[in-house]
Amino acid sequence: MSAAPHQFLGRAREAVKSRSRAPLWALLFESIVRGITGVVLVALLYIVMTIVWHGAPRLDWEFISQAPRNAMMEGGVFPAIFGTVFVVLFMIVMALPLGVFGAVYMVEYAKGGTFSRITRAAVNNLAGVPSIVFGLFGLGFFILFIGKNLDHYAFDIPRNEAEAKVWEQRVAPQVKAARDEAVRLADEKSLHGGDRGAFIRDYVSGHAPVMHKKVFGQGAMFWAAATLAILVLPVIIVSTEEALRSVPRSMREAAYGLGATKWQVVSTVVLPQARTGILTGAILAVARGAGELAPILLVGVAFSMPGLPLTEPVNFGFFKMPVVNPFSEFMHLNYHIYTMATQQTNPELSRPIQFATTLVLLMITLAMNLGAILLRRHYSRK
Amino acid sequence: MAARGLRESAEFRATSAALRARLRRPVSLFFRLKERVIEWFLLACGMLSAIAVALIFFFLFKEGIVALRMVPLSQFISTLSDVTKYDPVEDVTTVVGQQRDFIWQPVSETPKFSVVPLMWGSFGIALISAFISTLCGVGIGIYLSEIATRRTRDIIKPMLEVLVGIPTVVIGFFMLAVIAEPIRALASGGVFSWLHIPFYNRSLNMFVGALGVSFVIIPVIASLVDDALRAVPNDLRAASLAVGATRWQTTWRVTLPAAVSGVFAALILGFGRALGETMIVMMCAGNAPVIHLNPFEPVRTMTASIASEMGAAQYGGLHAHVLFLVGALLVTMTFLLNVVVEIVINKYRKRIRL
Repeated sequence: MSAAPHQFLGRAREAVKSRSRAPLWALLFESIVRGITGVVLVALLYIVMTIVWHGAPRLDWEFISQAPRNAMMEGGVFPAIFGTVFVVLFMIVMALPLGVFGAVYMVEYAKGGTFSRITRAAVNNLAGVPSIVFGLFGLGFFILFIGKNLDHYAFDIPRNEAEAKVWEQRVAPQVKAARDEAVRLADEKSLHGGDRGAFIRDYVSGHAPVMHKKVFGQGAMFWAAATLAILVLPVIIVSTEEALRSVPRSMREAAYGLGATKWQVVSTVVLPQARTGILTGAILAVARGAGELAPILLVGVAFSMPGLPLTEPVNFGFFKMPVVNPFSEFMHLNYHIYTMATQQTNPELSRPIQFATTLVLLMITLAMNLGAILLRRHYSRK
Repeated sequence: MAARGLRESAEFRATSAALRARLRRPVSLFFRLKERVIEWFLLACGMLSAIAVALIFFFLFKEGIVALRMVPLSQFISTLSDVTKYDPVEDVTTVVGQQRDFIWQPVSETPKFSVVPLMWGSFGIALISAFISTLCGVGIGIYLSEIATRRTRDIIKPMLEVLVGIPTVVIGFFMLAVIAEPIRALASGGVFSWLHIPFYNRSLNMFVGALGVSFVIIPVIASLVDDALRAVPNDLRAASLAVGATRWQTTWRVTLPAAVSGVFAALILGFGRALGETMIVMMCAGNAPVIHLNPFEPVRTMTASIASEMGAAQYGGLHAHVLFLVGALLVTMTFLLNVVVEIVINKYRKRIRL
């Protein structure tokens, strides 16, 4: 807003004031409005201060770097931080290119009309879909549809009861062969009674064909990241669009004038100009992704795990190291807080740990949000 | 006239055709193909959000419809229960008849899936929190756009953005661990015993849940109301002040009515958010799927039901399909709310243009 109308309004206000004083109820309403604003801001400060106050005493390096011990009552929350960070990392790697390119099409290529209207409505709707619905979608689409089918075609795991029956019929001869072999061996060793039964059972379970363990058709870090990626897509699209629209038209025209093609204009002029805005959107998306629990609740979050979700050491030629296994379950800060606070028999006992975990989560998300706010302020001034 | 004459002349046409041909020649087939491929790729990315919305609807309904095939639709509204009578002399209970009631009891011998208690919880919490956050959100919006100076605005706006950035689990935990019990103690005794509220017995209830949800909705409504009010042309305010209205009269009689559809859209959007909020209501609304007219009793919402029961439900079982159906219902409701917002905002744009 420019300054001129404000000055004008101010002068008009002065003129009115000199003639008639504001009635009492107007003053009252104005102070109510001020009061409401004050109360909400104080409440915000109170939330943050309380969590810092109760969480800080328990928070130390050990808490951040150690795994939980002694039924979560001691040690730290490192696996939860690890899970949170990597889920969000996978998420942004998936969502950022898709969102940015989608926004590029909407701003630079689409010529209005039906496509734009549908996409705009879809982005608005996607932003309004309840977060738990994303969780259901992740379960129904990624795990029960894509994951199950991948498992079926890659590892021959039946998808439903009918296929399970077919599978059993197919392996029946092999099972029978294993049983016959077991009986023969038991006869050879002249086992009797309970020993014989136990031997046959062991032999059959060891030699009959076993169904492959599920790989894709279960909750996993990758599916959680994909679910979150769809959740944050609108955030990235909206902020990228804003950034692209703020690039002056004249710059595009100058580039066209030099004979650049459309993609050359977009990739060498528009996108570099819009990078701060896109970065802001990415940071906001990461903060949002790190703060959501409902979408990943149904797609692979675990309360406690024996170790970090890593693979066997992978050989990189001159050194060996484990890498993150995206098709493993994972721990998450949000889920840690939720479970510790609600699912324990006496949650009061672990309150200090809950507050400290909350503080860690709050620090991560607030730092990113503040960073995004400062970045946006910086480039909007420029 | 002269320009058109030039443009229509044969010489101009020949020259421009030659120019066009020259411009086209250096662009090789490879370049044109590359541009085309990139455009198609970008189009695919642009369609992704529409595809995602379509897939969400498809998969929720695909899994949910199965439940409708297993259980008749009427069972999702009201359930049939046996009315039993206990005979103390014989020490036996006999079934004397059946009655219709609204019970959500997914894990039992005869599972009952009436969604009415869940909808009661969802709408109760959404209405209470919409009421609280309308008061606060509209107040803050008015303050930001009409009263605050530029400097205070620059401080308060980022603070609201921070409030948006607080994870919902944190707010839920805060309500659960810090707020719930003191409120109960306050309401049912202690210093405020003169205000004794006899029906406030449980520390985790619908009201506490709604209060927590309000924290999430207030900044949303506040910033949307602020935007709507700031979109009102300053001429209107100036005119109002010029005829002698006070600032408050201007706000109340001129600015707010001019922005009423924007404010309305903000409220509906806030209501939709409240309906879809999951973690806060799961942590501090008590999680009991019963219908109580008393707002200080525990409730369970549709969202909390999905989130807390899906883990235990067997995939492919009736319970899981019913939960998918509840999710489909939820997403349909928020979709309709969004459509209403879209219509209202379009109307509002036209009005601002006038």
